[in-house]
Amino acid sequence: MTNFLMIIQDVLSTPALLIGAMALIGLIAQGKPIEDVIKGTLKTILGFIIIGAGAGILVGALDYFGTLFNFAFGVQGVVPNNEAIVSLALNEYAQATALIMAFGMFANILLARFSAWKYIFLTGHHTLYMAALIAVVLSVGGLEGWQLIVAGSALLGFTMVFFPMLAQKTMLKITGNDSIAFGHFGTIGYVFSAWLGSLFGKGSKSTEEIKFPKRLSFLRDTAVAIALTMFIFFLLVSVIANFREGFDIEMTAGLNWFLFSVIQSLTFAGGVYIVLSGVRLLIAEIVPAFKGISEKIVPNALPALDCPIVFPFAENAVLLGFLVSFIGGLAGLGILVLLGGTLSLPLILPGVIPHFFCGATAGVFGNATGGRKGAILGAFGHGLLITFLPAFLMPVLGTLGFANTTFSDSDFTVVGIVMGNIANVIQGSGLLIVSLVIFLIPIALGLVKSKKA
Amino acid sequence: MVKKIQCVCGVGLGSSFLVEMNVKKVLGKLGLKEIEVDHSAATDVYKGSADLYVCGKDMYNTLANQGPCVVLNNIISVEELEEKLSAYLKEVGVI
Repeated sequence: MTNFLMIIQDVLSTPALLIGAMALIGLIAQGKPIEDVIKGTLKTILGFIIIGAGAGILVGALDYFGTLFNFAFGVQGVVPNNEAIVSLALNEYAQATALIMAFGMFANILLARFSAWKYIFLTGHHTLYMAALIAVVLSVGGLEGWQLIVAGSALLGFTMVFFPMLAQKTMLKITGNDSIAFGHFGTIGYVFSAWLGSLFGKGSKSTEEIKFPKRLSFLRDTAVAIALTMFIFFLLVSVIANFREGFDIEMTAGLNWFLFSVIQSLTFAGGVYIVLSGVRLLIAEIVPAFKGISEKIVPNALPALDCPIVFPFAENAVLLGFLVSFIGGLAGLGILVLLGGTLSLPLILPGVIPHFFCGATAGVFGNATGGRKGAILGAFGHGLLITFLPAFLMPVLGTLGFANTTFSDSDFTVVGIVMGNIANVIQGSGLLIVSLVIFLIPIALGLVKSKKA
Repeated sequence: MVKKIQCVCGVGLGSSFLVEMNVKKVLGKLGLKEIEVDHSAATDVYKGSADLYVCGKDMYNTLANQGPCVVLNNIISVEELEEKLSAYLKEVGVI
């Protein structure tokens, strides 16, 4: 008996096995045939192990980048990338992340059932990333054990209905119907963009009436886009470092600066590629199960879906949004450099993935409320926003705040900054109570609404 | 012959996965469960990686010339998918 208990304990404390066990239970509960159960369980564990392997590769490239950046400019340089930071976070917080993700999805179903915000958040990789962020911030805030899991799941469930609710007004304008919702944790940036669009874009023509060069669409291949931008970043830091006194060729792995930049940018792109493959395997069983269960329990809830669902509604706004958001990111970097001396903030470089996906979505949202003016202003504002927010997130991430990468999309950074700063004041069990109160807000609002009706 | 359908989006995590679930639903309706369906990033598409691709119209330029492609205006519409997918399958003689 004690042996059996020890095995259970080992499964619970070995994250890969814990995640596998959750997949196993989920697959059995759905009544899947035995071969599907075996295949699904193994692939889920495989996904987790692949993420760890990708993390190792990313750390290698980021270490070089961080050292060179610090040597060249004398400050910390950060390339925000969700996959990179999550793969690092999972090294330390995997067990809490897995449990928060599982129970957070139950919390989502509860809120969709009992509150006025009837959304089911189906973007599985973002659920995973948000679970990791919450696990880190609450752990740094002194929560542990069951309290960490309960508080984390409550918060995750809240974010899974709160952000789709926030985006729904503009989603109606974009899609023209009320059958789907939007589930992507960059919502604050998109709503900000839509707000700028409504302020300044009155009467502006839609972006879809301009002719736009289609050749830029090769950047939609993420591995290519990441490799190209990282190449430019590596080139910049290694060239400047080369001219500094005390430069050691070992900083560029004994290679010429150009070749070094080629190798390391592709190494980084390769690391992200591997992590993405791992995440794809990890969520492949979880999302359909979650979808199936939630459809049975809350049939009237709207599915909240990933950001590319809005891309076909405004293709030009997608490319325009990406470019302008990226320019906003560069402008934001310039401002951080100017402020650098006084605030000692890390420098946030424009990561291509957040600017592409979130910038593009911001473009679509801005276009919906303010035409081409709205798309341009909204995406630019979004670019500034996702440059400043990560700089303020870093201090609440504990040791992960010293990594040369961090969370990129606006909702991760806002949730991190808000909870992290609450955790600075209220430590331990108090934080659990705060989380539960936040969880109950939508249910209370639902009760008020139904009383009035 | 259509043995493998690959659903594609930018990073191959979210929307292509939803399209895959919809394709499976449609194939189930048509009684074509033996066709393999997968989802991936644009990076993973090369000539011969699948017999048919499914993507939103914003991704089409990235994929063009890799093989036959069902292009969706609304990537979450099951009706549009069913109409276009069964039209293609009829055209190549699968149904």
